Amino acid sequence: MTDYRMHLLICGGTGCKASESSEIKNQLDQYLSEYDLDQEVQVLLTGCFGFCEKGPIVKVLPDNTFYTEVKPSDAKDIVMEHIIKGRPVKRLLYKNPKNDYEVTTATNIDFYKKQIRIALRNCGFINPENIDEYIGRDGYAALGKCLTEMTPEEVIKEIKDSGLRGRGGGGFPTGLKWEITRNVQNDQKYVVCNADEGDPGAFMDRSILEGDPHTVIEAMIICGYCIGADTGLVYIRAEYPLAIERLKIAIGQAEEYGLLGNDILGTGFSFKIELRYGAGAFVCGEETALIHSMEGLRGEPTVKPPFPSVSGYNGKPTNVNNVETFANIPVIINKGANWFNKIGTEKSKGTKVFALAGKINNVGLIEVPMGTTLREVIYDIGGGIKDGKQFKSVQTGGPSGGCLTKKFLDTPIDYDNLVEAGSMMGSGGMIVMDEDDCMVSIARFYLEFTLEESCGKCNPCRIGNKRLHEILTRITEGNGTPEDIDRLRVLSEVIKDTSLCGLGQSSPNPVLSTLNNFMDEYLAHVNEGKCPAGQCKALVRYEINPELCTGCTLCFRNCPVGAITGERRVAHFIDQSLCIKCGVCFEKCKFNAISLT
Amino acid sequence: MPKIKLSDNTINIIKEVCAEFDNKESELINVLHKVQGKLGYLPAEVQEVIARELKTSVAKVYGVVTFYSFFTMIPKGEFPISICMGTACYVRGAEQVLSEFKRQLKVEVGESTSDGKFSLNCLRCVGACGLAPVVTVGEKVYGRVAPTQVKDIIAEYRNNVCDVARTA
Amino acid sequence: MDVINLTIDNKPVVVKKGTTILEAAKGIGVHVPTLCYMKLDDLNIENKPGGCRICVVEVQGRRNLAPACCTEVNEGMVVNTHSIRAINARRTVMELILSDHPTDCLICAKSGNCDLQSMAHKLGIRQIHYQGEQSHYRKDTSPSIIRDVDKCIMCRRCEMMCNEVQTVGVLSAINRGFNSVVSPAFEMNLDHSVCTYCGQCVAVCPTGALTEVDDTGKVVRLLSDPTKTVIVQTAPAVRAALGEEFDLEAGTLVTGKMVAALRRLGFDYVFDTDFAADLTIMEEGTELLNRLGRYLEGDKEVKLPILTSCCPAWVKFFEHQFPDMLDIPSTARSPQQMFGSIAKTYFAEKLGIKREDLVVVSIMPCVAKKYECQRDEFKVNKNPDVDYAITTRELAALIKISNINFNSLPSEDFDHPLGESTGAGVIFGTTGGVIEAAVRTAYELHTKKELPRLNFDELRGMDGIRKATIDFDGLPINIGIAHGLGNARKLLEEIQAGKSEFHAIEIMSCPGGCIGGGGQPYHHGNAEIIKKRQRAIYEEDSKKAIRKSHENPYIQKLYEEFLGHPLSEKSHHLLHTEYFDRT
Repeated sequence: MTDYRMHLLICGGTGCKASESSEIKNQLDQYLSEYDLDQEVQVLLTGCFGFCEKGPIVKVLPDNTFYTEVKPSDAKDIVMEHIIKGRPVKRLLYKNPKNDYEVTTATNIDFYKKQIRIALRNCGFINPENIDEYIGRDGYAALGKCLTEMTPEEVIKEIKDSGLRGRGGGGFPTGLKWEITRNVQNDQKYVVCNADEGDPGAFMDRSILEGDPHTVIEAMIICGYCIGADTGLVYIRAEYPLAIERLKIAIGQAEEYGLLGNDILGTGFSFKIELRYGAGAFVCGEETALIHSMEGLRGEPTVKPPFPSVSGYNGKPTNVNNVETFANIPVIINKGANWFNKIGTEKSKGTKVFALAGKINNVGLIEVPMGTTLREVIYDIGGGIKDGKQFKSVQTGGPSGGCLTKKFLDTPIDYDNLVEAGSMMGSGGMIVMDEDDCMVSIARFYLEFTLEESCGKCNPCRIGNKRLHEILTRITEGNGTPEDIDRLRVLSEVIKDTSLCGLGQSSPNPVLSTLNNFMDEYLAHVNEGKCPAGQCKALVRYEINPELCTGCTLCFRNCPVGAITGERRVAHFIDQSLCIKCGVCFEKCKFNAISLT
Repeated sequence: MPKIKLSDNTINIIKEVCAEFDNKESELINVLHKVQGKLGYLPAEVQEVIARELKTSVAKVYGVVTFYSFFTMIPKGEFPISICMGTACYVRGAEQVLSEFKRQLKVEVGESTSDGKFSLNCLRCVGACGLAPVVTVGEKVYGRVAPTQVKDIIAEYRNNVCDVARTA
Repeated sequence: MDVINLTIDNKPVVVKKGTTILEAAKGIGVHVPTLCYMKLDDLNIENKPGGCRICVVEVQGRRNLAPACCTEVNEGMVVNTHSIRAINARRTVMELILSDHPTDCLICAKSGNCDLQSMAHKLGIRQIHYQGEQSHYRKDTSPSIIRDVDKCIMCRRCEMMCNEVQTVGVLSAINRGFNSVVSPAFEMNLDHSVCTYCGQCVAVCPTGALTEVDDTGKVVRLLSDPTKTVIVQTAPAVRAALGEEFDLEAGTLVTGKMVAALRRLGFDYVFDTDFAADLTIMEEGTELLNRLGRYLEGDKEVKLPILTSCCPAWVKFFEHQFPDMLDIPSTARSPQQMFGSIAKTYFAEKLGIKREDLVVVSIMPCVAKKYECQRDEFKVNKNPDVDYAITTRELAALIKISNINFNSLPSEDFDHPLGESTGAGVIFGTTGGVIEAAVRTAYELHTKKELPRLNFDELRGMDGIRKATIDFDGLPINIGIAHGLGNARKLLEEIQAGKSEFHAIEIMSCPGGCIGGGGQPYHHGNAEIIKKRQRAIYEEDSKKAIRKSHENPYIQKLYEEFLGHPLSEKSHHLLHTEYFDRT
């Protein structure tokens, strides 16, 4: 970035793109050229900044001004005020919700303060479509170091010493995995990058691939060097067109620079990378299923052993790591295992990226050191619960995880603590729930997901989860019995104990954790026919209090099914037989006349 | 299932795609992606051609097509509507938005309206959780959608010509 | 060799490295229940998707339960196959399976023979705690096989058979999750597919999801029709297996009892397909010598090798899969159809009745025979040469409903003239048998010398593909044998590539040949049963007074009185057929 006086970085992540960030770029470009500034100031669409809640985000370099919730119509002001007159556009600055003061730079925003960015180090800092910018930030230095100064054994030792564990969910030590694959004798081996991110509510892999594709490429080459593979395969969701596009560009650039292909950097080591596309099957995150999918088969998992490290893609030894795991590798090589292993807890080193979402003020992508507490994540980084409501639960680990309560807020986050608490790290989804969320419905929601994504190969997962879902549905519809609660528990335990793959083995976690932590809600549904959170439609009624109703007709006009009747200025009435319980009237009423019982 | 007859042109497109992947059975999923990309969907007759070209059984092709939710045997509507059912969207009311779409379009998930204008589907996390709940129509993303906005979103396309959603 | 020491149910066990817990347990007499698992030793057939989870056992120190069928033993492993945790899990999984299964056991075709039913019994299931939605699919009836997929438990045995063993590729798992099921493409009916009706899916299905079409009712009705003369033919493999249905040891020959039972059922004449097998050898053997002779004379038009054509599933297989090779197999009809054709001409004439008043029923180890007898080319004025083909299992059912005490029946002989056969006809029932029978005749016809020996051990066995060279008095004849359509495919592809070294190849669709047919009593995964049937077949052959087809006096008489000579015009008309491109 040497030729330009200033740079405007615009978030090109999916969320911000959906909020017209491309149009913002167009507008900025237009105004810059109008004022003949297009040779001085460059506008770049970059990867996700993480602070999705306040997107689209525009960052100005070199002064690091951080504009939030920018609209295309703001482009003129940014150019006129900031670029030409040199003063920030105040109304676009982030306001600290605690004191309403404007914060100019990202580093001073609470959201970023407690974060340490290793995997996301380049996201939002470089143009992901320009390899020079990656190289400018130490990119491919680790590769050079590995190929010219280190033996594969030394690299593996470094990774082992760093304590890095797989970030895809299982938490298996990465260095050990590489070593096992290295030690299997075979003339053909493969490196596979699992980019089939399927957790509903997790998008870190996508952000890394969109924001910093070269880091994954660099790490895969290093891995190939270590295990003795000449081919890398990225298994990526077809639903991620932008990530695919950027990955392809990055591969092309790396080949052009001699960093990928034959005789890399003149060392004699050759490595190529190909893309394979996922087609919408969550179970393909499981490594054996992923491998079968790459072979053109149904993505059904097979019993392990044999592990992919012994017999994987096409029956050859295959090392599978996920995107985030790979993103850590270059940093570990550059800064050393001893730097990395000082971050985190005793058994979980480094950082973890979480997709923080749900009923929280600062939805976004965050990266925190292992050992950060849930409280710090939710309140300091996440800015607390939305609309001043009460925190109820946080769900980690995606559909395989569990729902944790208040009592776990001070638990330091790492692999083992989360498992002990009845949840898991998973790939890093973190969904915050408030008092309005019904935990039985949440359990049912996750089961619905597993039900749809179960491959159907083994009975406990195929039929067991169906039955769990049916029981949960029964309870949310007010037809549950106390025996149903017992059945949920017994069946959940058996499904965990007998399912073939990780999907089935963890699918009852949302049920078990809500049973453990929110039994009172189950009992209220079953024994009293009530949904304490007011979410279960069959168990709630919307009623108009005639004392408070002014007859403004707002509810009448908004009711989508015509269930509300009443004359102007006369109290209205809801016909329960027609009401679909959509809650629109409740939201629209300005006089609090509609109650939920 | 009504039989359709593929035009020679369509058959050639499929054959070309298969040839591009060396007619290798192991490339089945890549072939399906590419063919669906070109034809929009994968009806039985298309799968038969693919099976023949890749020298595999049509049952296997069908087994793969029905395993992956990305593949479809039904043509999508002119304006494919997808509701994100990721957890973030779910806790922010995606289900209510979905049921409103179902009610207004009078279709179930996976179906198309009788005039072929709209098809309705669910998807899992588009990675725009900050905008939850999210609805996509074609390539266009709508964020923070409330059930009351559903009518307007549909109206935006109802009298529209096909190109809008595709280029938006 | 590495050995592993472990403990199973408190007993120390020493096994080879690579052994599964299931095999190790079996070694000490502990039979861990299995459902989807199936292994047919010697036939190289194994199904262990690890999907049913019935065989789960507790392994000390392991987080979850281990599937015994696909978990290899480790040094120092401590296994408990009947801990409360394992038993509860097994029973719960069983309840789950049953919760998605129709409970019409009383009237299910598989009742009494159902692996699922016996497993439910073994596990002591008395209640299904997890009721809920059940899967529903359309019932599919084809000429041979009925698919009632509501009863599918996704063991994947049929899928494995259809794809890996037979390479027919009709069945595949489709859909996902609760909706997954094994089905033809687009859930089409079998009769629209490339199914060969080999029936190996039926042979391995543990439930009533795949069964044969039941024709017993029609046969009973015909037997009671006084205007009809009903005759029956019995295939060679039937006598080696029928006894199993009456609790006799596998491999017990019940030829005489079977004849007696058929007579008591009311058949007017009890004949033997073995007779027609001898006839087949006359036609096919002559065809082989004919082609061979022309080849040796330098005729470039002649096609070699010649392939046998008595297996209807094999015929349908090459009609679908190798339409460019329709002129390679012998044109000889199968013994079943030769019998029907001769019965409704020669024998009907002898009796002086119209063909419409003569009903031919055949007892076959096969479900494809049901389809074969319905093929149009085997009908005259819409009247089929063979009216009904029923399986060994259906015959057993007929005997049972007719209150016949099978085991106490005397041994009786077949009727004449279509009941006399040689040992050569008998061995048609096993893989390698047809070609051995052909060799016995072709050798003597070609060399005009008597064979020095009758047993050709080099042609026998259970290997999927076998090769041997037989010395025809200075002329080496290369013979190939394949059983299982996957093996057949390999030989066919060699021919297609012009690399085949054979003069003649015998092909049987079913592993083991007809003794392992889809209509035989269920082997329940025990390959030993198939081997015992094979021994029984060779035993019957060795006991026969005449063991060469061309020496069968009734065959000689048939040619004298009716056909003239092998490959005569009349033979061509009645005993040969043509093949169709079914792509």
